[in-house]
Amino acid sequence: MSDPDCGQAMLLQAEFDGELDAAQSVALAAHRETCARCREDWAALAATRAALTADATYHAAPAALRRSLEARLGAASPPTPRRAWRLPWRELASFGVGAALAASLVLAVRPANDGGVVAALVDDHVRSLQPGHLTDVISTDRHTVKPWFDGKLDFAPPVKDLAAQGYPLVGGRLDYLGGRPVAALAYQHGKHPINLFIWPERAGAEAPVDTARNGYNVLHWSADGMSLWAVSDLEQDELAEFERDWRAAP
Amino acid sequence: MGPNSAFAAVALPHLDAAHNLARWLTGSAEEAEDVVQEAMVRALTYFPGFRGDNARAWILQIVRNAAYAALKARAQRKAVPLAEDAEDGGAPPLADPGDDPERALIRTRERKRLDTLLDRLPVELREALVLRELEEMSYRDIARVTGTPIGTVMSRLWRARRMLLRAAGKGMAP
Repeated sequence: MSDPDCGQAMLLQAEFDGELDAAQSVALAAHRETCARCREDWAALAATRAALTADATYHAAPAALRRSLEARLGAASPPTPRRAWRLPWRELASFGVGAALAASLVLAVRPANDGGVVAALVDDHVRSLQPGHLTDVISTDRHTVKPWFDGKLDFAPPVKDLAAQGYPLVGGRLDYLGGRPVAALAYQHGKHPINLFIWPERAGAEAPVDTARNGYNVLHWSADGMSLWAVSDLEQDELAEFERDWRAAP
Repeated sequence: MGPNSAFAAVALPHLDAAHNLARWLTGSAEEAEDVVQEAMVRALTYFPGFRGDNARAWILQIVRNAAYAALKARAQRKAVPLAEDAEDGGAPPLADPGDDPERALIRTRERKRLDTLLDRLPVELREALVLRELEEMSYRDIARVTGTPIGTVMSRLWRARRMLLRAAGKGMAP
């Protein structure tokens, strides 16, 4: 039974999986005619395939999942999820999939003007509220958070300590927006999380933006060549206060 | 019709494949749905960068990464055994001498234990087998989804098939 390794096993398997071209198949066929090991292996390959295709469960998507995704992605005017408005952080964190749902609904209703960035930021903000997603490095110390970004980004994001102003730092995170890595700093104000996204300003100054998306406010400003975007469920004027404190802080 | 409908047209035809992979990787119906939801949100974000070729491999790659993130989060709560890396010294025979694993596989089918055997394979072997035998993907696409070289895909497939046969053999009545 125990034949020596004929050295053709990987080739045989590739033939079985339909990966060989005609020339390779022909070359292998000559060997297979005389190789007992190949004959046994082929039978074993066929046995696993027969068993798997006949009896392994194919877990097709549940109808409810399909319907919910279709509704979220296809509908022209999906209902706005007011439930997500002003939910306390803890509650929202356990909101899980609901939060992700809110995010994609946000994408569905956004206006064209600058909606790409804003929608992506809100999406990212909501996703960050799911358990374990808010921070990659957990620290209230900017001297821990700032060096953590070294080597992960091609720029040094300004990390400021705003605890005295009522915005303790929770940690930092590396995110991808529009195909490039950006820094995300997580601050907290009372029960409300604030994500501050930072990347280098592109050529041509970006105009300040303040917009609301589905219960989340987005405030954009520029400083020292950096583009900064704060996202939170705080009111717009509270977010503006955060910006003032941030600008004033060393 | 907005950008979301364009994304839906690309992504939703592969929803079954996405869910099947997520379910086989996480081993949990609930977690699989979370993984698919998470992956779809991510895919929507990445959609502007999608080059338009092979949507299924693109979606499954994102699903796979989301599933591994879920597994990692779970592992932090509970340690799960990881498989050792590739065996050295060529490919051992698929069938073990002495027993009759092919017969055993057939009997296993009768006992409907095949799902259990597949579930017990190390995750990177399981995913190779699911992508190859249930999704009928090419080596090249499996390599793309799993982020591994084609040679690794081939050796993982071999090991997966071998482990499945051996596990079926062990399940045989003496």
